[in-house]
Amino acid sequence: MADKNNQILEEVTGSDYKYGFYTDIEMDQAPPGLTEDTIRFISAKKNEPQFMLDFRLKAFRHWKTLEEPKWAHVDYPPIKYQDLIYYSAPRKRPKYDSLDEVDPELLETFEKLGIPLDEQKMLAGVAVDAVMDSVSVGSTFKKTLAEHGVIFCSFSEALQKHPELIKKYMGKVVPHTDNFFAALNSAVFSDGSFAYIPKGVRCPLELSTYFRINAANTGQFERTLIVAEEGSYVSYMEGCTAPIRDENQLHAAIVEIIAHKNAEVKYSTVQNWWPGDKQGKGGVYNFVTKRGICEGENAKISWTQVETGSAITWKYPSLILKGDNSTGEFYSVAVTNNKQQADTGTKMIHLGKNTKSTIISKGISGGKSNNSYRGLVKTTRNAENARNFSQCDSLLLGDQCGAHTFPYLDVGNRSSIVEHEATTSKISEDQLFYCLQRGIDMEGAIGLIVNGYAKEVLSKLPMEFAVEAQKLLSISLEGSVG
Amino acid sequence: MLSIKNLTVSIHGKQIIKGLNLEVKEGEVHAIMGPNGSGKSTLASVIAGREMFDVDEGEITYMDQDIFDMAPETRAREGIFLGFQYPVEIPGVSIANFLRTAINEKRKYLGLEPMTGAEFLKLMEEKKKMVEIHSKLTNRSVNEGFSGGEKKKNEIFQMAMLEPRLAILDETDSGLDIDALKVVANGVNKLRRPDNATIVITHYQRLLDYIVPDFVHVLYDGRIIKSGGKELALELENKGYDWVKKETKTDTVS
Ligand SMILES: Nc1ncnc2c1ncn2[C@@H]1O[C@H](COP(=O)(O)OP(=O)(O)OP(=O)(O)O)[C@@H](O)[C@H]1O
Ligand SMILES: [Mg+2]
Repeated sequence: MADKNNQILEEVTGSDYKYGFYTDIEMDQAPPGLTEDTIRFISAKKNEPQFMLDFRLKAFRHWKTLEEPKWAHVDYPPIKYQDLIYYSAPRKRPKYDSLDEVDPELLETFEKLGIPLDEQKMLAGVAVDAVMDSVSVGSTFKKTLAEHGVIFCSFSEALQKHPELIKKYMGKVVPHTDNFFAALNSAVFSDGSFAYIPKGVRCPLELSTYFRINAANTGQFERTLIVAEEGSYVSYMEGCTAPIRDENQLHAAIVEIIAHKNAEVKYSTVQNWWPGDKQGKGGVYNFVTKRGICEGENAKISWTQVETGSAITWKYPSLILKGDNSTGEFYSVAVTNNKQQADTGTKMIHLGKNTKSTIISKGISGGKSNNSYRGLVKTTRNAENARNFSQCDSLLLGDQCGAHTFPYLDVGNRSSIVEHEATTSKISEDQLFYCLQRGIDMEGAIGLIVNGYAKEVLSKLPMEFAVEAQKLLSISLEGSVG
Repeated sequence: MLSIKNLTVSIHGKQIIKGLNLEVKEGEVHAIMGPNGSGKSTLASVIAGREMFDVDEGEITYMDQDIFDMAPETRAREGIFLGFQYPVEIPGVSIANFLRTAINEKRKYLGLEPMTGAEFLKLMEEKKKMVEIHSKLTNRSVNEGFSGGEKKKNEIFQMAMLEPRLAILDETDSGLDIDALKVVANGVNKLRRPDNATIVITHYQRLLDYIVPDFVHVLYDGRIIKSGGKELALELENKGYDWVKKETKTDTVS
């Protein structure tokens, strides 16, 4: 298949003229297909500096030499990269005039999640009253941040206003050569977010609320870049508990986080892509590369993720502990239901001395889903006294789902201590009956039990999202047993 | 309130309850005694709505409704409470959260507004005092790491919180020290009202010194083979179950 893909690629790239399109800057959309011209088109459209175009082209040339990874424990029909559209102008106009026009099923979910009405409108793409518009919320927010010197804006805006920072940090944690999807993203990424916290600044706001309002418009190939300078602190939340439907099936994002000396980054993400119907049709494929680096001494990155969406998730967030005494924490809950497939995991790479890491991973599978966890813990020769503790638990609902754990330990230093624990459990009929007997119905019971199981992770989320995330877990598992 | 007629229950084709009759009226306390494996817990489970058992014959009405038309959670919301012989652990779910969910589900069913956090806390404090439960226990996960006795006390605490109309306590006295036994019995007595009823399943007549039953039934091999007043419990303790068995063989009373 990969051969065939390459063949098609070669055909297309080798004979541009056949499909020959002249870069028309007025067009709202690039024609389907991926060639150097597509990339030049995107870059020109966004008025990017030269270095950015060079970066993209280099990534593209590299991508052409790669084959799509096949080793993940997942199964999906081949993606036709040449049929995709790699650029379309951001949709600005709301799709609907009132909530009445929105899919009632979606509204019901918003209701269950307890999302405020105005936010519901924004998420669903409904025109919002002048009273509470995202622009004004956004601008007060930005003003406060600016007073502290914090930069928080879209990637495109950052490229115009702070090209030197982008040039300095972009691709430093996830280089374009990292993997197939990272190369693709680096070549064609549409937009994303940039956060920069100057030296010694404690970011006065959770970089989250604002984000959620805008989350509904996430692109297909996003990039996030977070840079925390020496001694700074930031809590950054991205994603959305509301289900996001998207006509783009393939999503390949990149997230890069850099924590300098004594800096701390708390990164939380809730992902709830449309998983497709019960047969798994129409769901989003989420192939993302996320990585953080503790660059300096005593740096700390704490990573929390709640993952309930996507038809297919392929995701291995990793943390590189480079600075001596740096700390990495990773807390994850991944839910799969119906025919969802997830192949996720985390990598902790200990490079510095006295580096410490913790991994708590909770997988929950219901329906006919498949949930695989791969964990890699690596300590290198210089990582004296490195310590890791990993706990990977799986919870099964019913007999038709699967959970697989693949721990890889690569210990290169004798003084390092690496501990791994894994458990697999089932929701027992006794537990369910106990809840029923107290008047809690089946769905409520599953919700309670699952949230109890995932509590250790959920408690790490920023308050406002913790509550929603709890509801989200219950909703995602509706109809998962019996 | 509860009326069981000719109930026959089996599991995997094996008959466990074999034509059982029982009548419980408002304000009454019934004690059910009987040897291990005679079907006491099975009876309690069937009343509560456990699906793993097959009801082959007979009927149960609760508050004039056919109980088999009600889902287990509906029965609970209609006031049936089962104090489990073996309470299960639910890791990560605090007792407070668990009970608040349960109470609000019930209130929703009854068409009432959910209880606010403050109201709930007040109720919890009140009931904790009533059943003399340590205040820290309610912050812990449901039954997780509880001692045997703590689990049983927690069942009584839940009963106090949910204020059932019909409480079935399945060996809630087993594993309790003498002080705890008094506390549990005290709790049950305090909750006793003219319009509710209690069924206590026990092996020990000792409990019946504290919770004085109106009726004592002997459940033997899936049937109630003898019923009487509280003296029956004493007699059983002295003479053992063989005595009733022999007696019923000659009398064939039911
Ligand atoms: N799930 C089950 N599968 C198979 N047999 C069962 C099951 N549950 C109960 N039984 C059987 O039914 C019979 C009655 O069990 P039950 O638990 O009702 O007894 P009990 O009177 O409560 O006993 P004890 O005094 O020991 O608590 C026993 O023989 C038991 O083995
Ligand atoms: Mg029993």
